[in-house]
Parts: sequence; structure tokens; C-alpha cells
Amino acid sequence: MLAAILAIAALAAFFGLLLGYSAIRFRVEGDPIADQIDSLLPQTQCGQCGHPGCRPYAEALAKGEDDVNKCLPGGEALVLALSDLLGREPVAMEVKEKVPSVAMIDPTLCIGCTLCLQACPVDAIIGAAKQLHGVLIDECTGCELCLPPCPVQCIRMRPLTEDIPRWRWPYPGKQPSDTASPVPVRDAA
Amino acid sequence: MAIALKLTSKRRLWTFHGGIHVPDEKSLSNTQAIESPPLAQRLYVPLQQHIGAPARPLIELGARVLKGQMIAEPSGFISAPVHAPSSGRLIAIEEHPVPHPSGLAALCAVIATDGEDTWAELPPPLTDYPQLDAALIRERILWAGVVGMGGASFPTNVKLTPGTDRKIQTLVINGAECEPYISCDDRLMRERAGHVLEGVRIMHHLLGVRAVMIGIEDNKPEAIEAMRLALAETDMHDYTEILPIPTLYPSGGEKQLIRILTGKEVPTSGIPAQIGIVCQNVGTAAAVADAVLLGRPLISRVVTVSGRSIARPSNVEVPVGTPAEHLISHCGGYRETPRKLVCGGPMMGFELRSAEVPITKATNCLLALTPEESPSPEPALACIRCGRCAEVCPAKLLPQQMYWYARSKDLDRIQDYNLFDCIECGCCAQVCPSHIPLVQYYRYAKTEIWAREKDRRKSELARARHAAKQARLERQEQERQARLRKQKEALETPKAADPEGEDPKKALIEAARRRAAAKKAVTPPRQLTTDN
Repeated sequence: MLAAILAIAALAAFFGLLLGYSAIRFRVEGDPIADQIDSLLPQTQCGQCGHPGCRPYAEALAKGEDDVNKCLPGGEALVLALSDLLGREPVAMEVKEKVPSVAMIDPTLCIGCTLCLQACPVDAIIGAAKQLHGVLIDECTGCELCLPPCPVQCIRMRPLTEDIPRWRWPYPGKQPSDTASPVPVRDAA
Repeated sequence: MAIALKLTSKRRLWTFHGGIHVPDEKSLSNTQAIESPPLAQRLYVPLQQHIGAPARPLIELGARVLKGQMIAEPSGFISAPVHAPSSGRLIAIEEHPVPHPSGLAALCAVIATDGEDTWAELPPPLTDYPQLDAALIRERILWAGVVGMGGASFPTNVKLTPGTDRKIQTLVINGAECEPYISCDDRLMRERAGHVLEGVRIMHHLLGVRAVMIGIEDNKPEAIEAMRLALAETDMHDYTEILPIPTLYPSGGEKQLIRILTGKEVPTSGIPAQIGIVCQNVGTAAAVADAVLLGRPLISRVVTVSGRSIARPSNVEVPVGTPAEHLISHCGGYRETPRKLVCGGPMMGFELRSAEVPITKATNCLLALTPEESPSPEPALACIRCGRCAEVCPAKLLPQQMYWYARSKDLDRIQDYNLFDCIECGCCAQVCPSHIPLVQYYRYAKTEIWAREKDRRKSELARARHAAKQARLERQEQERQARLRKQKEALETPKAADPEGEDPKKALIEAARRRAAAKKAVTPPRQLTTDN
């Protein structure tokens, strides 16, 4: 009896020490789950989720502090991917998805105040004080963060037009029905 | 090796996996000689008629252009220039519908033709090309804007420039033309066999290959005969072979033809150059001959206009940019209202939404099909897992598995089944007893994967730029802090450098006391003044 208790206690102590040591020795810097989530997020840095950028939202998700349906640019597809990764129930999006757009500055109105330059999270607006500003449309993520600071409301969002390089084949419309097969009609006749 | 080939009179051919027999329908148009319809009044020349970067326009609006003048230059290594197909005036560079499955518009140079067809000054013919530097000939082919004319429209000069690490042994010339209805390559070989062989000779010289194999399906005996006769007249017969191959769709696919002729298989998601083979279409060979021997750019091509809705199915040689409706009216218009208008063959072609679209360098066929020829697709039923799609797949794929994954939008799993080796030949959909539009599912999955990849790259870029901005802001903040600290230190330094080395506070108090004493000495006491 005593031998058994001693043996179990010794084993428990051994494994406890082993685990404690490996927790220190193989410590992972940062949060790998947050990294994985961050790689799924669209990196628009728009803040529409209520966090100041994609990375903070990823960290909040990793800690379980927020819902998976907060990212508007990511849309339904992202909700599904996130709930798949985190093992949570998918939640419906609260707001309708937006069409992908880019910001455009009206050159006749822009006064060159540089306020939008400071607001842009990805440096997609170029310009200098009292110079006309321009948007680099290939870099613009469509986050709309440049709209509120503009004192003359000269920035508007322009939906990306569908062109041939961006075009995709549609999902085949008529789905074959697995359950209701028309074959039984002939059988019945 | 040449002797060995001659001794074995009949060369061994291999077979590819699967394939189907389809009614070839070529007799509708293959007896019609190539004709040249009158010039259209407006030519819509797309600025991108090739795989790669679009060409950059060179000519000002309203300027007069001459036939063969370059109107847009290539912009990148994989790109091709565009030339004016006839003389006239460049009236616009605008969006115009182009032959593409989306039916969308793309930038086209619109030329109002003057009917004179005046040639621009052309570069000199390079008839002595065997003595010339290969780079010079390749430059000429690039200048001429020659692209693969079998359908993929890959710039030919790139394909004729294998890397130094790859030794090309065999040149395969594709004259199979396996799709039903199409007869443009057939007519080209029958009527201009010598010219095609000239082009082959140039490509043979450029690549330095040991053997050239010209594969032609045996449903074109006249073309085979014409090519054999033409070959007998040249000095190419010790390395060139004309090989009739059994008629089986899709033997004209690049990988399938290579398999039939050489028995080799192109590695998955690889190119033929990896196994020492380059494959070119007969039309491309003729265009190369035009460029090198005549100094003419690629500005026209042979197109088959066929289908039972067309009054007079024909083969026509037309300038690039000619609207499809112009060709159809030249061929007598419609005999009956077509059910659909198809660009390319009935198996791999796509439906055109409008007849305004221009002919491009890659358009080999226009089909106006009657309702009998293209019955509306029967409703798709559930897959019964019969496996016939896998039996006929020429790429040895598992179409059924790919269908499940495409249908459930599982874009990762579908790539495990080598989706990108699918050549979209349509054999699987043709034999499917449940009429499932299988190819549509694969096309959907392919474009979806490309779009996802593009999005991923874009968000990667946004992340990097956001991180760079954060780093910059932090650096600026640190610099500001450092500056402030320095200013503060600069304020403090004179006190620290006091010669007496006294406590600065004490010194200040002492100075103030001295000032007060001096004041007292000059002015009368305060109390007196207040009493006043």
C-alpha cells in the first residue's frame, strides 16, 4: 500500500517537473493562434470590427473576447473560416457585405491638407501639404478610414469594376438533386 | 538516327489515356478553299490578344495608320505587340466587347479602314536566316507579334527561347485539329504546305532540335498528302516526319499529342520544355514564316465559319479585328436563327454574347449552331458514381472526386486531385449519364482559386504596408522623444558648466538677493512710499 502511494507520488513528481521544465524550455513566443487568425483576416486595417486594426482583432479572437462575425470586409467566407479554425459556431453577419471598392479623390476639391494621408493605415495615399493627393488603387484596401477626416468631403468610394482579369466563372447554377430524382417517374409508369 | 527512322517505314505511335469519338462535322467546311472577304469598315483590334501583359498603345488618336504598322508595343517579357491589320485612321481606343467567356469589354484600338490597304514600310526579309544570329530571328518574331494560334495564344518567341539549362530535342508540330467543325488548319496545310514547312524549318533552326514530328489526324488525308508532297521538295526530310495519328478527341491537346508522338508524358503542372520538347501549331509555323521570310507581322488569320445555321460554311482569311458579324454576313448570313454563337470548337469553345466581337489572333472558329446541333442541356441528375468520366479523362484525373470538391467549394482538397492538370476538354461532361456540367465546376474552381490567391497576395501586401507604417510612426515618435530630450539637456548644460561648480539653486538665490540689495540702495524703502 505504502509502496504504491510512494511510487505514484514519485511518478507524479517526476512528470510534474518534466512538464514544468518543458513549459519553460519550449516556450512559444507570441500567440500562434493569433498568427493563424491574422493570416485569415483581409488586412484592410479598417477598424470596423471595433479594434484598431486586424492584428488586435486577431488577438481578441484568440483570447475568446470577441465574436467571429465582426469583420465586414471578410464577409461570410471569413466567418466560416474563423469558426472552422476556432471550433466555434458560425454566427450570421450583422451587416450586409460590401462590394469591394477603392477610395478616389476628387482632384477639383482636394485642398492638400494631408489629413487623409495620416488616416490611411497602409500608406495608399500619396501627397504633401498643399499638393493634390492621389490614391494608389492597387494598394488601397477600401477601409474608408480616409473619409471622415477629409474637411471638404472630396473622397468617395468607387466600386471596383469587373474586368476580364478579375472575372470568375460562376458556380454552376442548376444543382443536381440528390434526393428528388426524376427516375422514379418512369418506374411508377 | 535519321537512317534508323527511314528504315522503320512505320513509326510506332503511342496512345493517351481515355479520349472520345465525336462526330467531326468537318465536311461542312473542309472542301471550301480559303477566301478573303472584303475589308470591314471598322476593325476593333484588342490590345491584349495574348497571355501576359497587355500591349501599350503607341499611336495618337486620329492619326493615320498603315497596314502592318505597330500600334501597341509589348510591356514585359511575356507580352506581344499589336499591329494595324489594314490602313486607315485610328479613331478610338475604347472598351469594346472581346471574345471572352465573360462577354466583358476590353480596350480595343478602333481603326476606320480606308480600303486602300497600304502597307507600312516593313523590315527586310531575313531569307538568309541560317547564317544569322538566333537572337536576331527571335527579335523579328517578337516584333511580328506572333503568338500560339492553336488557342492558348502564348507569345511564340518566349516558347522558342528555352533556357540555357534545357536542351530541346524534339519539335512537335500540331496539325491534329481534333475539335469538330474546325477546318482552318486543314485548309492551311492543304493550300500552303510549303509555307508551313518554311516556318517549321525556321523553328528547327532556332531550337537546334534533332527531330521534327508533324502530327495530323487521319481524318485529313488531303492535308497529310499535301504536307508529304511539300516535304519531298525540301531538304528537311532527313529530320522531319509527317505522322498521321488516329482520330480521337482530344489528340490535339499539347500534352496528348506529345504522348501520342513520343510516348513521353509532360510532368504534372509542368511544361513540355522540361522533357526536351516544344510544341507549336501549324498556323503559328506559317506566321513565323511570314515574319522571318516576308517581314510581315501577324495581322490576319484563317478562321472557319461553320455550323448548320450558316448559309455557306467557309474558311476565310481575315484581318485581326474584323467583327464576327461581318464574317457571318460574308458567309451568307444565317440559314436559320442559331441557338447560339460559339467562338472556338463545340467542345472547348465558349458562347459569344454578341456578334460584334472581333476576330483575334487566337480565334480559329466561329460556329452558329442550330437547336438540333446544340440541344439545351438536360437537367443534371445526381452522380451515380459510374466512373465513366475517369475512363475518358485524357489527363488521367478523377473527375468525379474533383466534382464533389468543386461542388462543396472545398478548394484545398480539389487541388490534391490535380485540378490544374485539367485541360477542360469536356470529355467527362460529354459521357456523363447524369448530364452534370462537370467542366463548368472545374472552371469555377480554377478561377475561384486564382481569385483567392490574388486576395491573399493583396492582404499580404496590406499587412506589410501596415506594419511598415506602424514602424515608421514608432520611429518618428522615438526621434521626437530624442529631440525633446536633447533640447532639455541643452537647456540644462550652461548651469552644469558653471565655473564655480556651485549648486545652481543656491547661485540663483544669491543672485536674486544681490539684485534686491542693489534695488534697496537706489530706491527709498517701500513702507514710506505706501504711506504716502
